[in-house]
Order: sequence, then structure tokens, then C-alpha cells
Amino acid sequence: MRRFIPFITAAAAAICASSFAQAQEKTLNLYTYESFTSEWGPGPKVKEAFEKTCGCKVNFVSVSDGVALLTRLKLEGPKSDADIALGLDTNLISEAKSTGLFEPHGLDNAVAVKVPGDYSDDTFVPYDYGHFAVVYDTKTLKNPPKSLKELVEGDPSQKIAIEDPRTSTPGLGLLLWVKSVYGDKAPEAWAKLKKRVLTVTPGWSEAYGLFTKGEVPMVLSYTTSPAYHMVEEKSEQYQAASFSEGHYIQIEVAGILKGAHEKDLARQFLKFMVSPAFQNVIPTTNWMMPVTKTSTPLPDAFSKLVQPQKTFLMGSDEVAKNRQAWIDEWLAAMSLN
Amino acid sequence: MADGILLEKVELKLGTKEFRFDCAIPAGTVTAMTGPSGSGKTTLLNLIAGFETADSGSIRIAGDDVSRKHPSERPISLVFQDNNLFAHLDLFTNIGLGISPSLKLSPEDRKSISQALERVGLGGFEKRMPGTLSGGERQRSAFARALVRKKPVLLMDEPFAALDPGLRLSMANLLLELHKETGNTVLIVTHDPDEVSRLADHALFIDHGRILLQAQAGEFLARRDIPALTEFLSG
Amino acid sequence: MLTGAERRRGIGYGVGSLVGITLFVGIAVAALFSWDAGTASGRLFTAYTWRILQFTLWQAALSTLLSVTLALPVAMALARRPGFPGRIWIIRLMALPMGLPVLIGALGLIGIWGRQGIINSLMLKIGVEQPVSIYGLSGILLAHVFFNLPLAARLLLAALERQPAEYWLLSSSLGMKPLSVFRFIEWPAARRVMPGIAGLIFMLCATSFTLVLVLGGGPAATTLEVAIYQSLRFDFDPPRAIALAFLQIGITAAILIGISLFPNADDAGAIAGRVTRRFDGRTIGTGIWDTLAILLATLFLILPLSSIVFAGMCANLWSLLTSPAFLRAAWTSFTIAITAGLLTILISLAIISAREAIADMKRPGRTARGFSALLGGMSSLVLLVPPVVLGTGWFLMVRPFGDVARFAPLLVAIINMLMALPFVMRVLSPAVETHRRRTARLSASLGISGISKLWRIDLPILARPLLTALSFAMALSLGDLGAVALFGSSDLTTLPWLVYSRLSSYRTNDADGLALILGVICLMLTMLGTAGQREAKHG
Repeated sequence: MRRFIPFITAAAAAICASSFAQAQEKTLNLYTYESFTSEWGPGPKVKEAFEKTCGCKVNFVSVSDGVALLTRLKLEGPKSDADIALGLDTNLISEAKSTGLFEPHGLDNAVAVKVPGDYSDDTFVPYDYGHFAVVYDTKTLKNPPKSLKELVEGDPSQKIAIEDPRTSTPGLGLLLWVKSVYGDKAPEAWAKLKKRVLTVTPGWSEAYGLFTKGEVPMVLSYTTSPAYHMVEEKSEQYQAASFSEGHYIQIEVAGILKGAHEKDLARQFLKFMVSPAFQNVIPTTNWMMPVTKTSTPLPDAFSKLVQPQKTFLMGSDEVAKNRQAWIDEWLAAMSLN
Repeated sequence: MADGILLEKVELKLGTKEFRFDCAIPAGTVTAMTGPSGSGKTTLLNLIAGFETADSGSIRIAGDDVSRKHPSERPISLVFQDNNLFAHLDLFTNIGLGISPSLKLSPEDRKSISQALERVGLGGFEKRMPGTLSGGERQRSAFARALVRKKPVLLMDEPFAALDPGLRLSMANLLLELHKETGNTVLIVTHDPDEVSRLADHALFIDHGRILLQAQAGEFLARRDIPALTEFLSG
Repeated sequence: MLTGAERRRGIGYGVGSLVGITLFVGIAVAALFSWDAGTASGRLFTAYTWRILQFTLWQAALSTLLSVTLALPVAMALARRPGFPGRIWIIRLMALPMGLPVLIGALGLIGIWGRQGIINSLMLKIGVEQPVSIYGLSGILLAHVFFNLPLAARLLLAALERQPAEYWLLSSSLGMKPLSVFRFIEWPAARRVMPGIAGLIFMLCATSFTLVLVLGGGPAATTLEVAIYQSLRFDFDPPRAIALAFLQIGITAAILIGISLFPNADDAGAIAGRVTRRFDGRTIGTGIWDTLAILLATLFLILPLSSIVFAGMCANLWSLLTSPAFLRAAWTSFTIAITAGLLTILISLAIISAREAIADMKRPGRTARGFSALLGGMSSLVLLVPPVVLGTGWFLMVRPFGDVARFAPLLVAIINMLMALPFVMRVLSPAVETHRRRTARLSASLGISGISKLWRIDLPILARPLLTALSFAMALSLGDLGAVALFGSSDLTTLPWLVYSRLSSYRTNDADGLALILGVICLMLTMLGTAGQREAKHG
């Protein structure tokens, strides 16, 4: 048995050592979610572009999603290495602010940011947005629902995969969308919609996987999702359904931490974030809409996307206050037989 | 007598069974141990070998108190009925382990292993694996190991029980020859009255955890006053 | 038969492992407890908690029952047919689901059993209009049987094969019919290991998370693990998470203690190097039955796997294999897996030697017996500690000592070790026990001990079960996503993490391809674990 010990210590040392290397110049620590930094995401291009101008290093620390990002910041507390947190969404802002970990960005050019619903905030700066939408498979679904009402009341044999509001942001988005449209009647709407729900997945990836595997003809995703398939796969098979009531919006934001070591650099980054150099990258890497004019025109596919007539957005305080009650309401309605 | 095996008021409780042994096994003799199944023969053997530790009493071998000693510290060689050899090691290694548990062998040791194999009729079998041997050959290898160990006491637990009658006879003869050459003290558990008369100078009869009789082999085989023994001898 | 020193050392190893594991779990829990969440968790045990608790136990009980019951005929058929064509590959295949990330397995299952899957297409052809939906309890059970039947079958098969060859000789010479063979030989052998197997599967199903949500069809299907994950990751309410985790461990442990009251001893005295030959089951009826059992189980297993293969073939495998992201993730996964694997073996051997030392005592006191039971219980119950609790707790612990990313790989490896421990114990424990029974007296009488014993006597015989155990633990670690999720940083990307990352950037094709590669790696590990079994057949 003793013979194994050197092996283990060697292996442990090897895996620990692999994560040491760090440069000595100024470093901007940017906490974000994983798909932002993956090789297909905006991360690599953003890093390259910003490092050219700032004479610094950008160090990404990525966790699985926006919620995990906030959890991570809470766990690390005021002593966090993070200078910037990028990837929270509007629903998390109230909770993020109440941690007291963030400080106002103090930038006036945030005004130049144009987001549907005219969202602006003194602490968080939006960098992209997308509307939630039901994406459907044109091959199997000839008559997609034209409104949330049609989705709720439509043919129960045409199924949809949705995400769980207890574990994912799109799931919470749908919950708020239904609440915005139906108000107090939301439980009844859920009870009807339940018949069309094939399954409720823990996150977006599982639901979208079911959808692209052809298992289910509709999925809760974003108005921008079809752009990916049109640009990368040259396929118009998947389209978003335009709902006459309007669509709920998800705005992704970034903010500066109070305990940041490089506050000037962080502010510089937020300015960079709303400049074309950053915004040009967003549509075809994060597959979301840019918040300012890009210097290069968006790919054609984006002009074909659903343009919501109306945008729903609840105040993040209201969401924080009612989230648990609404989830309970949802649980009760969805668990009925 | 001092050179033999001496058990004084040895007591042991295993579960609900109680054992109590008191006996002296003379040095340089072959003693057979018999008795019904479950009577305590193997327990007595285990006590001497050190696989069981007595609750009280003492066990002496050649005058030395071994009661608390580990099996490997007792001057004993063992031959079981089965599993005498490590199945994944060749004969040379199996026997070599009898000389040195870490297999540190001098040239003389190596020579003695080959000689021992020769002596038991397995000359040239050094590289053979136990799985390729017959039952008799495996027991002979165990004898060869006992030879190289040069221990004054040899304990055997029904060593021939798994062999056919013809083979038993030749193995018994081999055992006697080796015994004469080495002059060791042999204690053998057997179920076979013929083996008692063929091999033993002395015999023990054990029943219900007690030694009921210890006598010269001739006298032992002639006794008719102990019903259990009579039954054993006639069965 | 052990020397006093050996016995003391064995017990020392056991105490060391016990203290180590208790500390590892305890520190994580303490760190979380001492966290001032600032939110009062008023609603710990609501009607909701009780409802999901009920559902958790109910689906786990049904899944366990189905997996074990269906595995028995398969294991018996495989044991009865040592010469079945491709038998070794069927057994290797059975180790595969364990190493697959559950989402991949779920998508594979859906490819076969889903609304658009093969089964429904066939039904459509024979005139059934509406697709049969598996979503709901049936889907959960299907997936749990897919993942656990192979495990149960393998463990049962091992138990059957440990029966002495003489039993089969005897039963045939006595002219026993299949039913009698089952009643007097196979069933008693299986029954001895069943509580252990059932307990293991029950724990796996009770802590199931992704499968339950993806295939459950709605929030009525929710396990405690989902609630724990929610309260730690989404609500960040550590006290509630810990309370739920304790509830999960407490209730499941009580149930397991219930099943484990059955004797678990195994007294097989098989003979080394002899190959099992079976003389029963030569009638046409049993032949058809066995073939059917093996074929159905193989189909059940291979169809979803092949749908993973087909999906994966569409990806550009070569460019995936050579991409730096893959190579980095593969290296990270491998180092974590091998560390976890070796650690698991080390701890298992320590626990086994302690329990052996206690069993060797003539009259172990109540403390010793209790300690032995504690070791046995702990080595299986660690599976119930949610990785997200361990991960979060240790995150808090190591945070003050520097960059978490530096400690993360080791922590993930230790968490993986805890997950693998119950499996490895089940592989190693009987093997070590049988080995000891055969060699302990001989080794003791010859005074072989220490390194020499390890090198000459133990390793040659135990090499194969050690390899099996290592491959098992490594496959488990390779497929695990849970432990990595929290530490996740650019430096710690494992293969399952990469699969998820591709999925979350719309790259479904790449994800399919990576899943295939991961499956092939697991298959290779399994081959390593079953290496030498074929030689045994000829030897």
C-alpha cells in the first residue's frame, strides 16, 4: 500500500502546479460564466481586444452560470479577487446589490446603452440582452403558437420542453413572463400549459438538447437562438415564435466590485464593454443582441429574427420579493394531476 | 521428554465449545491424533501451531514456552490437507519461502531446495506451477518445504485425506523415511486407523475437547473400553 | 493469525481513514454552518419537503427493486453460460453506463425510448397513433434501471462465480433441476450479496438529480438532491441545504440499516486457478431462457449506447481529439481520475485491513465490533453526502489560504474518492477476504510478512481485483460533473464539463462527439479492469 503514496503525491502535485502560472503585470480579474469564456464564446476575442488597449492581462474565472457567479461572489465575500463580475442578469440585480459587494460604476456613457424597456442602473451596466421566446422546429410544427395564450391553450400533443425556475434563469424568465401576462391568473395558465410540457429540465442545455435531438418540437429559449443555426449551420429549420402579448427580456449586466484591486482598469473595461470592439463580438459568439450600435453590420440572420412588439421586465426588487411565492405557486399548479 | 511438545492445562473457549488439553508428546516420535469430527483435533493442532491462542495454560516446545508466540516464531513446519502452496508461485519459490520469507536465498539454500525436491521425487520441478501438479505431487512439495525448513516439529492436518489409497501408502513411506533421516517430532491428524498402525509410535484420542487416551500405538489400537474409540477403530 | 503489530497497524489504518473521512465531511459541513447567511430559514420542513421526501424514497425503492430483480436472471444466465459468444464484451459493456455523464445517458435513452425514438417509430408502424411517453415515473425508472441493472448484474455474477466449483459438480451429479439449483445454490449465493447491492443502488437512485428532472416530466418528480442543489446554488441558504442533506442521509441510512440486518457474510471457499465449469442448464428450455435474458439485457444496454455512438459519429471526431481544449480537459480529467482511483484503493484497503484485524480478534469487545460496523457503514454512506455540500464547504475552507483553483483538483479528486468508495469496497472486500482465507495460515506459519508478503503473496493475486477497482473508480470520476461544477474555473475543465460547455454554446454536434469519446475512454478503462479474465478461461 505504501508504494502508492508517492504516486498520489506526485499526481496531486502535478495537478496543483498546473494552475500556478500568472504574469506579474497588472491583471484584471473578471468573474463570469463558462459559455462566455469557452473557445466559441466572446471571451477569447474580448480578452485579446482589451489587452491591446490596456497594457494589462485579463484573467477569467468562470463558473457554470450567472446564478453560480453570484453564489461564488457571496462565498468569497469582500476579500474576493474579482474586479468585475460579468454575467448577472436583471433578475439577480436586487440580490446582488443587497450583498453590498458592488459599487456604483460612475460612468455617464452608460446612458448611450440602448436596451428595450429603457433599463439603466447606477451599479450595473448592460452588455447584451435577449428576449425569451419559444423556439420551434419548422419541420414538425407547421402552426406555431402566435401568442402566449395560444401556447397555453393549444394542442396538448404538441409538446414543449421548459426549464425549471428553481434551478435556472430561463426557467425563472418563463415564470415571470407568464406572471406578467396573466397576473393573478398565472396558476390557471400553468395548469393548462402543464399538459403541453413534455418535461422540465434543470437547465437550458438539457432542454435545448432535447429540442435539437428532435424529441420535442418546442423549447423555451431566446429570440436570438435561430441566428446561431442560420449563421453557423446555414439552416432555417429552427425559428422563434413571435407572441402578440410581447416577450420577457433578459438583460445581462456587469458591475465593479467594491473590493476590486484595479478599479481604474475595471472602469476602463466597462467603457470598453459598451464600445464597438466588444459589442461587435457579442451577436455571433454569445448569440445575444448588442446594447449599442456595432461598427460592423449584424449578419443577415439577425434581421430575420423576431422583433418583439412589447417588452416585459419586472423590477428586480419585485422579483426578489416574490420569487419564492411565485415558485411555490408554480410548483402547486404543475404538480396537480 | 523435555524436547517434545508439552501442553499444560491449556484451556480455550470458542463460541460454546470448551477445550482443555493436557499432554506430552515425546520428541523424535510420530504421534497420531484421532477422534470424531468436531472433537477438537484441528483446534489442538491450531493451538500448537499458534493459529489459536490459549485462554490459559502453557504450551512448550523443546522446553521453550511458545504460548504467546506468533506462528512464524514457533519451531514448526506444517502440512495441511489442501492449499499448501501459493497457487500463483512456482515450486521453487514456494519452497524457497519456507527458508526465507523474503526469499533471500544463498547459493546453498538454492541447492538445498533442488535437493529437497529431488528427495521427494520431484527433481527438476522447480519451475512448475502448483496448478499443473497432481494432488500427491502437491503434498510431496509440502514435504520438500518441511525438509528445507529444518524445524524440529512437523504438524500435519490430514495430509493424505485427499489422496487415493495407493498414493497414501507411498506417501506414508516417504514420510517415515524423512522422519528417520531428520529425527523430527511429528504430530499427524488422521481419520484412518490403518494410518495409525502404519505410521505412529504413539496415538491420541480426542473427544469433546478432551484427550481421552494417550498410548503406544499397539496398545491404542487394541483398546476396547472406550466406546467412542471402539466406534472409530471399527468405522 | 495476525501478529499483534499487524493487528495494531490494521486498526490504525482504519482509525486513520475514519478520522480522515469524518474530518473531510465534517469540516465542509462546519464551514457551511458557520456561514452567516443573513437569511432566516424559516421554512425547513414544509409540506413540500415531505412530498419530495416521499417521492425520493418511492422512486428509489421502485428503481432498486426493478434493477435487482431484473439483474438476477441476467447474472444467472451469464454465470451458467461461461462460453456465451461475446460474453466478456457483454460484461465489459455493463461497466459502461457508470462512467457516462448522466445527461449523455439520458439523451441516449431518449433516442431509443423517447417520443421520436426507435421504439415509438416501430409502434407507429404497427399502427399506434399517439407516441408513448416515458416522461414521468416510468422514465425515471427506465433510466435508473439502465444505469443500475448492469451494476447489479456484475456484482451478482461475481458472487455466483465465487461459488466453489464443486457445487456445480455436485448439483449435476445429484441430478438437480434448474429450479433446485436456483433454490439451493444460486439464490443463497445471490441473497448474501443482495442487501449490499440493493443498498448501493438505493443510494444512487435516492440521490439522483439530472435524470429525475430531465425524465420526470415536471416538478412533481423532485428529489431531495434537487432541493439541496436549489438551496445551495440558487437560493444560497446553507443551513437549509445542510438540514436537507442530514434528512437525506438520516432517512436513507435508517433504511439501509434495515436492509443490512440480513447477514452479509460470504464463506465461499473456491480453489485458486480453477475455472468454473457448469454442467447444468443443458436443456433447450434453459438454453432459450438464458439466451433471451442475455440478449434482452444486452439490447437494453446497447441500443441507447449505440444512439450515442451514431450521434457522436456525426461530429468531426479527429478535430475534436486534436483540439487543445480537448487535450487539456482530457489531461485534467485523467489526473483527477487517477488520483481519485488510487486514493479510493488506499482508503478501501485501510478499511478492509482494519475490519480484518478486528475479525481476527478472538473476542472483539463491543468497541471493536462497533468500530468495525462503523467503518462498514461509513464506507457506503459517504455516497449520500451531496457533492455540492462538500464542494461549497471546502470552497469556504480553502478560500483564506489562497487561490481556490490550486486546491480544486485535489478536492474534486477526494470528493470523487468518496463517491467511488462504496463501489470499490464491494469489489475489493470479497477478493481480499477470499485471498486471506486461502493464504493467511500458510503465510503466518512461514513468517512471510511486510513488503515481501505484499509483493509475493498479495499483489500477484489481488492485482486483478485492484485493477478492476481502479478502473471502476476512474470511470466514475471521469463521468462526474457534480464535484467540478462549483470550483469550475478556466483551469479546471474536465471532459464532462467540456461536454456541457459545448452544449451550452449550441455546439450539440461537438457535445455528441465528446460524449462518444468519453464513452470510448470508459470502455477502455473497463477493458483494463477486466483484463486477464479471458486468459483465466483458457488457463
